[in-house]
Amino acid sequence: MDGAHDMGGASGFGPVRPEPNEPVFHAPWERRALAITLAMAMPGGWNIDMSRFARENRPADDYLGMSYYQIWLAGLARLMQERHLVEADELAAGKVLHPPKPVARILTADEVAGTLRRGGPTERPATRPALFAVGDRVRAKDMHPPTHTRLPRYVRGHLGRIEAVRGTHVFPDSNAHGGGEDPQWLYTVSFSGAELWADAPDPLLEVTVDAFEPYLERA
Amino acid sequence: MKLHFQRAFATPHHQGNALLDSAAGSPYFHAMTDHDHPHDHHHDHSELSETELRVRALESILTEKGYIDPAALDVLIETYESKVGPRNGAQVVARAWTDPAFRDRLLSDATPAIGELGYAGRQGEHIVTVENTPELHNMVVCTLCSCYPWPVLGLPPVWYKSAPYRAKAVKDPRGVLKDFGFELPPTTRIRVWDSTAEIRYFVLPMRPAGTDGWSEEQLAELVTRDSMIGTGLPKRPDEVQRSEGRS
Repeated sequence: MDGAHDMGGASGFGPVRPEPNEPVFHAPWERRALAITLAMAMPGGWNIDMSRFARENRPADDYLGMSYYQIWLAGLARLMQERHLVEADELAAGKVLHPPKPVARILTADEVAGTLRRGGPTERPATRPALFAVGDRVRAKDMHPPTHTRLPRYVRGHLGRIEAVRGTHVFPDSNAHGGGEDPQWLYTVSFSGAELWADAPDPLLEVTVDAFEPYLERA
Repeated sequence: MKLHFQRAFATPHHQGNALLDSAAGSPYFHAMTDHDHPHDHHHDHSELSETELRVRALESILTEKGYIDPAALDVLIETYESKVGPRNGAQVVARAWTDPAFRDRLLSDATPAIGELGYAGRQGEHIVTVENTPELHNMVVCTLCSCYPWPVLGLPPVWYKSAPYRAKAVKDPRGVLKDFGFELPPTTRIRVWDSTAEIRYFVLPMRPAGTDGWSEEQLAELVTRDSMIGTGLPKRPDEVQRSEGRS
């Protein structure tokens, strides 16, 4: 989707403001927000692509007006409500008003280390040969799906070069919407600064994105 | 400007039942007010405690429903607050600076190489190391969200997730470096890696001059988090207190 989350190249946000000696969390609730979000994926049964879409699919002033952990909480609240794990009236009241929905399993304290260590690898066995090889010239498609995608706007329509072939990986555009993993070849594609930013080209700039095969066409 | 105007005149979401206004969204955790904006340092404590109270209520709802184990939350928090952080990555870099065979493995297949030091897992399932040289400087960003190599760097800092960085890094990385207080020679090429899939990029910075004979442990002290993202450089030898035995 073409949303406020897709920020590459946008103007007007001002300088980057690093924070010296920044703490890991800036408020006690941020700790709990992170942990609740990570823990709820197991009973909730959603995947990372669904989580990303739940966070990004909102009005621009909403997305830009929230801190990052507030966005996480908003995404989590949406995912839980969609599955009727929690209802809106319970969130409003701050207490349980409906019986729990049975869940397959929950994350227990003794499973945390193993679960984090396993992570969620996305590479899958290839079922067909890759369409492109290192060095090939490609064009990022000018596509604007209303659904989740990981092709940022600033490269769409631009010419690039296949820099690396990364194997076949879970396809977020499908996986975010319950369409299954539909693994696709993944490539690192490089674009010159002059190609992307004709108005302010830095001749020594190169930008790469990781693009799934359906995002690309031969050029 | 428009944004501020809209927010200034919006009904505060914690008043009334804004929660039920939207079927598609979940306004429960909608933006509070300007006071909670991450770049506004004048925090309004009543607004922050509003969020604090809502998160506590959420945790108790989910616990009572049997969806979460509060003890598991404590382990998760402890993991990312005190175990997994940029010191992990600094160990990896220091090893690469002292062990050429490890450096080769780190550059050719980073995930198992980093695993040799015990760092692996969530948000680091597919790591690629990119090496800085005098001719080429690498910088890592996620313009679409906040993708970051957790096992080696921990959770991302606020600036990494912020709009200014995500917007500017791919268009004006030299300007970003100025925001961080340094410049590269104008002849150095810059390659910005936008983490748009599940590959996580890890920058191997250049070993500072004047560190011949330094141990891995001493070298790790020079490796900053930002030098492994590409928004900083390692410390110079004169910026750290030399360990005993090397004075």
